[in-house]
Amino acid sequence: MKEKQAAGEQAGHEETPEWVLRLFITGATPNSVRAVNNIRSICDTYLEGRYSLQIIDVYQEPELAQQEQLIALPLLIKKFPLPERRLIGDLSETDKVLKSLGLSI
Amino acid sequence: MARPTKKSPVQPLQKTPTGIMGFDEITGGGLPTGRPSLICGEAGAGKTLFSIEFIVKGITQWGEPGVIMAFEEKAEDLETNVASLGFDLKKLQKDKLLWIDHVHVDRSEIEETGEYDLDGLFIRLGYAIDSIGAKRVMLDTIENLFGGLKNEGILRAEIRRLFSWLKNKGVTTLITGEKGEGSLTRQGLEEYVSDCVILLQHRVVKQISTRLLRVIKYRGSLHGTNEYPFLIDEDGISVLPVTSLLLNKDISSKRISSGIPTLDEMFDGKGFFRSSSVLVSGTAGTGKTSIAAYFADATCRRKERCIYFAFEESPQQIIRNMQSISIDLQQHIDTGLLQIHAARPTLYGLEMHLVAIHKTVKKFKPRVVILDPITNLVTIGSMPEVKSMLIRLIDFLQEEAITVMFTALTFNKDATVQTDEGVSSLVDAWILVKDIEWNGERNRGIYIMKSRGMKHSNQVREFVITDNGLELVDVYLGPEGVLTGSAREAQQLSEATGIELRTHALNRKDRELDRKRLVLEAKIASLREEFESVQDELNKSFQDEDLKKEIMERNREQLTKNRNTRNSADDKTKQ
Repeated sequence: MKEKQAAGEQAGHEETPEWVLRLFITGATPNSVRAVNNIRSICDTYLEGRYSLQIIDVYQEPELAQQEQLIALPLLIKKFPLPERRLIGDLSETDKVLKSLGLSI
Repeated sequence: MARPTKKSPVQPLQKTPTGIMGFDEITGGGLPTGRPSLICGEAGAGKTLFSIEFIVKGITQWGEPGVIMAFEEKAEDLETNVASLGFDLKKLQKDKLLWIDHVHVDRSEIEETGEYDLDGLFIRLGYAIDSIGAKRVMLDTIENLFGGLKNEGILRAEIRRLFSWLKNKGVTTLITGEKGEGSLTRQGLEEYVSDCVILLQHRVVKQISTRLLRVIKYRGSLHGTNEYPFLIDEDGISVLPVTSLLLNKDISSKRISSGIPTLDEMFDGKGFFRSSSVLVSGTAGTGKTSIAAYFADATCRRKERCIYFAFEESPQQIIRNMQSISIDLQQHIDTGLLQIHAARPTLYGLEMHLVAIHKTVKKFKPRVVILDPITNLVTIGSMPEVKSMLIRLIDFLQEEAITVMFTALTFNKDATVQTDEGVSSLVDAWILVKDIEWNGERNRGIYIMKSRGMKHSNQVREFVITDNGLELVDVYLGPEGVLTGSAREAQQLSEATGIELRTHALNRKDRELDRKRLVLEAKIASLREEFESVQDELNKSFQDEDLKKEIMERNREQLTKNRNTRNSADDKTKQ
């Protein structure tokens, strides 16, 4: 189900992407829209072809909120590479995002 | 949304009962329905327990499903913690009546990278509420979010939004908050919850802790504003209303015997009023417990139940000691009419005692309750606390139409001045047993200080404890004052002797008088004889004289006659 939602977001060419990211958003709220745009541009810039990004609308799947311990949204979870990191907010602070993704230059 | 609570503007505030003993009485029905309420207090004050009880009782007693959102403890921990109270959270969850969601926030795992909101929390909560049709929600302790998230501005705005969102959803919410310095909660949640704020406190006095609950604010509703002691035991939380708001309990004009006929006599011959309170006070060893035991015995003989709370002696001790004055309490215990509960006062705090009494009384339903002695409770509480406890106790017992007898130890020699624990104004009848030390003896005097609503004796009686039981004896009131004990007996003896002697003396005097009278009478007789002889004498001379006179008269007549005869012869010749 999640995979289906994430379809089309698959930008990696390899079979196992190095970066596995999941972004939880709430519909089309300004924060959500900004977050989606920001992560896309970051991924395209720094992780071209090496990532998978799954965008999940929590409104559509509210049961996920408890499973995934969601509180603050938007939330980006970096599943791989380990350690797992959680980034909340609209991802506008690019430096922090890069650092947390392990992409600091 | 399962059940929107329709709030029409004219309707008075609806309330949701918490099921917590006593709390619903204080607030006149419980928490405001469909609104958030805040419960705050220090760590360990019982906030979480209070909230869980609110949720669980909602399910079990009113069939209202509930959601627990825990920010501190995991669901398993919560389950374990309340299992001792007999709450089976697992089963309730399985039955889709309870939803527990543990919210985990860890700052170290989270990086804030811009604007965000707490929609995740809203969605979670909304989903939980909708999936079981919850009417009650508990948020324990939402302030933990402040530890996990840095942006306070966003948090505050979001929490405010959460509360109004909950209000719109029409769920009755209980939010817990840890007490902060100078404010009710660390993050000032009280600013956002405007409807009902409850404060729980934990006060330690003399090493014994007392839990207190206070309703600080309850918009749109009357509520008790006092600090109400509460306690947590195996049945959960029980709050004790200090006093019922009104003094309107039913009263009885029936009378019951104290078990001591002579004491009943002092109470207008009929004893105490039923469902009244009686205080027996006195110095050590004056027989207060004996009076109490008599009362218990009399109650059981009437086939009524009685509970005896002993704070000094063990049940066995009381039974043995009372046998010495021929009171057999064991037989009443065997027939199930009497229960003796002994507990050291220091075992637990006053409130605990009060609740223990409450519970036993509720369970056993006695007609008479005896507390022996209440003064021992002072060791664990201050005078005002003991007094407030007793007020509540008397209140409670009178509502249940139970007659209560307290015994109180007075330390002061001048027992009349001392108001025992200040309860004397609360009780209906006050019997004072007093030591009278005089003439190298200690004796007991008993009298009634007061007895509302009946004629009662103003006399001091001597209170004698014999092998056959208690007796009241009239004291001797003599010129030397009140005499008791052997002095009284001596006085009674000497009085008897006096009477004997007096009658004896009287007899002797009577006899003397008799003799005198005899003498007098004899004298009178002899005088009368004398007088008669004198009279005779006198009479005799009178007769002699008369006789002489008569004879002379006769002689003269004769003479005259003789002369006249001669003259007539002369006359004849002349003619």
